[in-house]
Amino acid sequence: MIHFVLLISRQGKVRLTKWYSAYSQKERTKVIRELSGLILTRGPKLCNFVEWRGLRVVYKRYASLYFCMCIDEDDNELEILEIIHHYVEVLDRYFGSVCELDLIYNFHKAYFILDELLIAGELQEPSKRTVARLVAAQDSLVETAKEQTSSITNIIAQAANV
Amino acid sequence: MSGPSLMDSLFQRTLEDLIKGLRQQLIGEQAFISKALEEIRKEIKSTDLSTKSTALLKLCYLSNLHFHDMSFAAFHALEVLSSPRFSHKKIAYHAISLSFHDSTPVLLLITNHLRKDLTSTNEFEVSLSLQCLSRIANVDLARDLTPEVFTLLSSNKLYVRKRAVAVVLRVFEKYPDSVRVCFKRLVENLENYDPQILSAVVGVFSELACKDPRSYLPLAPEFYKILVDSKSNWISIKVLKIFAKLAPLEPRLANRVVEPICDLMRKTGAKSLLFECVRTVVTSFSEYESAVRLAVEKIREFLVDEDPNLKYLGLHALSIVASKHLWVVSENKEVVIKSLSDPDPNIKIESLRLVMAMVSEHNVAEISKVLVNYALKSDPLFCNEILGSILSTCSRNVYEIIVDFDWYVSLLGEMSRIPHCQMGEEIENQFIDIGLRVKDVRPELVRVARDLLIDPALLGNSFLHRVLSAAAWVSGEYVEFSRNPLEFMEALLQPRTSLLPPSIMAIYIQSAFKVLVFCLHTCFVRGGSTAGVSASASYESFDDLSVENGADSTVAHGQTCTSAPITNESIVNLLKLVELALSPLLGSHDVEVQERARNLLGFVDLIKLEALNSSGQEENDSERKGVEATKIIRLVHDAFSKELGPVSLTAQGKVPVPDGLTLNENLGDLETICGDIELPSSNTFSFGYPSEEKDVSSFSNLQIKEDSGQSNESTSLLAEHRKRHGLYYLPSGKSEVISNDYPPANDPALQGDNNDNASDLVKLTAESLVPKRKPNHSKPRPVVVKLDEVDEKPVAVKQLESRDDSLSGAVRDILFGSEDILPTSSRSNLPNSNRKGKKKQHMITQVESKENVVDDGNSSSRRRKDHSHGKERRHRKKNAEERNETDRKEKESSSNHPRRHKSRQRAEEPLKVPPQTSVIPDFLL
Repeated sequence: MIHFVLLISRQGKVRLTKWYSAYSQKERTKVIRELSGLILTRGPKLCNFVEWRGLRVVYKRYASLYFCMCIDEDDNELEILEIIHHYVEVLDRYFGSVCELDLIYNFHKAYFILDELLIAGELQEPSKRTVARLVAAQDSLVETAKEQTSSITNIIAQAANV
Repeated sequence: MSGPSLMDSLFQRTLEDLIKGLRQQLIGEQAFISKALEEIRKEIKSTDLSTKSTALLKLCYLSNLHFHDMSFAAFHALEVLSSPRFSHKKIAYHAISLSFHDSTPVLLLITNHLRKDLTSTNEFEVSLSLQCLSRIANVDLARDLTPEVFTLLSSNKLYVRKRAVAVVLRVFEKYPDSVRVCFKRLVENLENYDPQILSAVVGVFSELACKDPRSYLPLAPEFYKILVDSKSNWISIKVLKIFAKLAPLEPRLANRVVEPICDLMRKTGAKSLLFECVRTVVTSFSEYESAVRLAVEKIREFLVDEDPNLKYLGLHALSIVASKHLWVVSENKEVVIKSLSDPDPNIKIESLRLVMAMVSEHNVAEISKVLVNYALKSDPLFCNEILGSILSTCSRNVYEIIVDFDWYVSLLGEMSRIPHCQMGEEIENQFIDIGLRVKDVRPELVRVARDLLIDPALLGNSFLHRVLSAAAWVSGEYVEFSRNPLEFMEALLQPRTSLLPPSIMAIYIQSAFKVLVFCLHTCFVRGGSTAGVSASASYESFDDLSVENGADSTVAHGQTCTSAPITNESIVNLLKLVELALSPLLGSHDVEVQERARNLLGFVDLIKLEALNSSGQEENDSERKGVEATKIIRLVHDAFSKELGPVSLTAQGKVPVPDGLTLNENLGDLETICGDIELPSSNTFSFGYPSEEKDVSSFSNLQIKEDSGQSNESTSLLAEHRKRHGLYYLPSGKSEVISNDYPPANDPALQGDNNDNASDLVKLTAESLVPKRKPNHSKPRPVVVKLDEVDEKPVAVKQLESRDDSLSGAVRDILFGSEDILPTSSRSNLPNSNRKGKKKQHMITQVESKENVVDDGNSSSRRRKDHSHGKERRHRKKNAEERNETDRKEKESSSNHPRRHKSRQRAEEPLKVPPQTSVIPDFLL
C-alpha cells in the first residue's frame, strides 16, 4: 500500500502531503526533510526509485514539481509510476494544463482530487473521466452552498439577526 | 460576541488571501505565519460556521505545508463537522483526517457524526466519512461502526460500495472481530463484474494475504478466475501479488497457476504487469524451470533497456533469483559488472549486491581484487559500500569462504589504506578476530600490522585509528612472530602517535610494554647473544609451524632477525627511547594513557640499572645484580605470554557460582561506608602529581609548560624518526619546521596503475567470475577456531511464526466454518468464553466423525505445518469440508483425485498429533 504522498518543489518547498499510515507531526517533518534531501539531489537521468528505511519511494518530476509516493518493498514500482502519472493527468484535466501555481492556490482541491483517486493507500478510481465527473459534482455542491452564504440577502439576514 | 462574528465573516481573509499574503509578505515568513495563526485562533472560535470552516481550512494549510500544530482545533473541527452544509463537512473531514490520531481526546465524540454521515443519502457525504474512517479508525470506532460499513458493502451505489470495500481493510486491522460480520459480503464482492469494485476487493485481499496468506487459500478458485478473466492491468497486478503469497503454500495451486502467468507474461505489453509477472515467478515459482527461463528472458530485456527504471528493476529481479538460481546471474554478469559504473548510485548498489552474491571460495580473491581496485576510484559513499560488502561477505559464517588467510589479512591491510575507507571499526574487529581464531596466519598478520604501524602518514587519518589500534594490539600480542621487534618499538612510540585519541594511545603504550618485555626476555633470559633460533624453538607457546616460520624468516631475511640485533646496546637505546617518548605522557589528561605510561616507565626504572650494568665491563658484579632483573623480566613475560583465546559470549554463564557466595545479596550496607569517600572527578585524576604542583600555581601555567616541553621533545624525536625512516617522509628542504601535514596515505593520483574505465573492469572480471575448477591450493585451509553456540549464526531459515493473531484467526473461522458466525458486534466482549463453550459442545461430534477427516484428500504434510490452530477450529473446518465436498461433487464430476492419498493417509493416521491444522478444501482439483 501507499504510505504517503508528497509533492515537493525543486526548491524543497512542500506543496502537498497526504499520509495514509500513522506518522506524528514530528516524524512527518523529519520524513520530508530526509526525502527531499535524498530525492532533490538526484540527477535527471537516474532511475525513479529510492530505497528508504526499508521502504521504497517512487518519485517523478513534472516541470518543477516532484511527486513522491512511498510504498512497501514488494509493491510494484512501475504501477506507482503509472498512478502518479494518472494523478497528474487528472489534475491537468481539472485545471486545464496544470502548473505549480494552480496547486499552490488550490491546495485543497488537489487534495480532494487525490482523495478520489486513492483511499486507504490503494488506487480507487482508474478512470480519468469518472474522477473528473465526481470532482465536478462535489464542486457544484460546494458552490451552491457558497452562493447561499455569500448572497447579500443572507448577510443582511445575518446582520438583522444580531 | 455576535458583533465581531459578523465583522469576521465580512472581512475574514480567505485561504487564497492567506496564500497570496504568504508569498508576498515582507515581514518574514515565520512572523507572517504566527500572525495568521493568531487570527485563526480568534476566528475559529466564531459561532458562524462559515467563518469557522474558513479558519479551519487555513489552519489545515499551515499545518500541512508549514507543519504547525493544529491539535488545538480538534474540537472546532468537530463543530464544523456538525454543519449541514456539504462544503463545511468537506473541510472538517479534511482537517480531521489530517490531524487526528489515536490519542486525540475528542475522538470519542466523532462516532455519532460518522454514523450519521455513513447512513446519509448523499453519496458524497458517505464517501467523505468513509475516507475519514479509513484514516482515523481505532478499536472503538471500528467496533461501533462495523454495522454501518457492513450495510454499505452491498450498497447499490457503486461509488459508495467500492469505498466501503477499501475501508474494510482498516476496520479489520483495528477490530478483527468485524471479520465475522463483514467477511462474507466482502467475498461476495469478489464475484462482482464491475471492474472498480473488483479492483477494490482484490486490493484488500492482496493486503490481507501479505500478512497471513494461509487463511486465504480457500479463495484461490475465485482469484484464479479473476486472473484468467481480468482485462485490467491494475487488477492483474494485485491478483499476481496474492498468488505470489499463496503458491508456495500449496504446490497443486502453483501447478495450476504457473501457465496463465506465463501466458500473461508473453502477451502483455504493459511493463508494470510484465514486471509483476517476472517478480511473481522468481519469488514463488522458482521450481518451474520453463517459467523461470521465460522470466529470465524478460529480465534480460529489462537489463539492456535504456530506461534506468527498467534496468534497476531488472537488477532487483536478478537479486531475487540469485538465491536459488545462481546461473542466471553468471549468465548476465557482463551487464551486472557494467552497472557497477552506472551514474545512478541505486543501480550501482544493486549490482554490487549481485556481484557479492556470485562470490564463492574459488573466486573470492579475484573479485575482491577487482572491487578494491574499483573502490579506489569511486566516490567515498560507494567506496565504503563496496568495502563494507566485501568485509561482510568474507566474514560470513566465520570466514567460511576464505581459504588463504594470508591473502585475506593483506587484503584487509590494503583496504585500510584506501583513502576514503571508513570501515575502520569492522576491519579492526576482523583483524583481532582472525588473530585469535587462526593460529597459522599470525606471522602474516604481524607483518601487515608492522606495515600499517610504521607508516607515519596513516596516523593522520582519523578513520584509520581503529585499524591502527588493532594493528598495535596484534604487534604486542604476537610479537614473537616479528622479525624485528625493535622496529615495532619505534613504530609504536613514534612522535606522531600524539595524533591518536587517548583510548588508542593507551593500546599503543600497552603494546609497547609487551614488545619491550619480549625484547628484554630474549636478550637476558635466553642467554644474551646466543638466543636466536634455538631460543625461539624452546619458546613454549610456539607450535611447530610457527617455529618453522620463525626460523624461515630469520634465515631468509638475515638483515634483522629476532635475536641478532638485540644486543645489550640496543636494549639500552630502547630503554632510552621509551623514557624519551613516554615521559611527556605522564602528564596526560587521560587516565588510561597516564596510568599505562607510568606502568611502563616504572618497569623501565626497575630494569634500567641492571641493564646498564650488564652492558658494562664488570662481569661478576652484573651477574649478581642481573639475577634480580631477570627474575622480574621472567615474571612479567610469563604474565604476557599466556595466550588469549576467543571467548564465547555465553562463557560467563558457564562459570559455576562458588559455594557460599550469594550474588543477590543486598549491597546497601556498603553505601554508608562509601558515602564519605568523595569520588575524585576525572580532572583531578589527570594532574595527579604533587611534586610539580607545588611550584606551579595555576592550572593554565602547568598546561603551557607541559605543552612546550612536549613539543620540544617531540621535535627531537621526530627528527630522529625522520632520519631512520626517511622513506616515508617527503623530501622537503624545511626539515626543521615540523608540520602535521603528511600527504594522504594513498593519493589516488599517485597510483598510476588504476584501470580507468569499466571495460577494463569487465575484462578483469570476465575470467574470474566463471566458476573455475577448484584451483590447487598450495596449502590447506588453516584451522579456524570456532565456538559452539555463538558462531552458529541464527540460521537464516527463520521459523515461520505461527501467526495466530486475532485477525487471521477470525478470517479462518469464517472460511472454515461459517456456521459459527454470530453477526453481532457485541459478541467481542467475551469471545474466549464463547469459543470454549462451543468447543465442548462439539467434542463428541468430533470424535464420531474422525473417519471423515481422515478420508479427506489433503496431504498430511500440511497438517503438521501449521500449529496455530486450536482444537476448537477443527470441528468447524470439518463441517465446512463436508459442505465443500458435496459442493465439489456436484460441480465437478471427475473428483477421483482425492482418493489417491488415501492409503498413505491411513498409514500416517496413528502418528497424528493433537494440534491439528486447518485442512484446506481442495477446490482446484
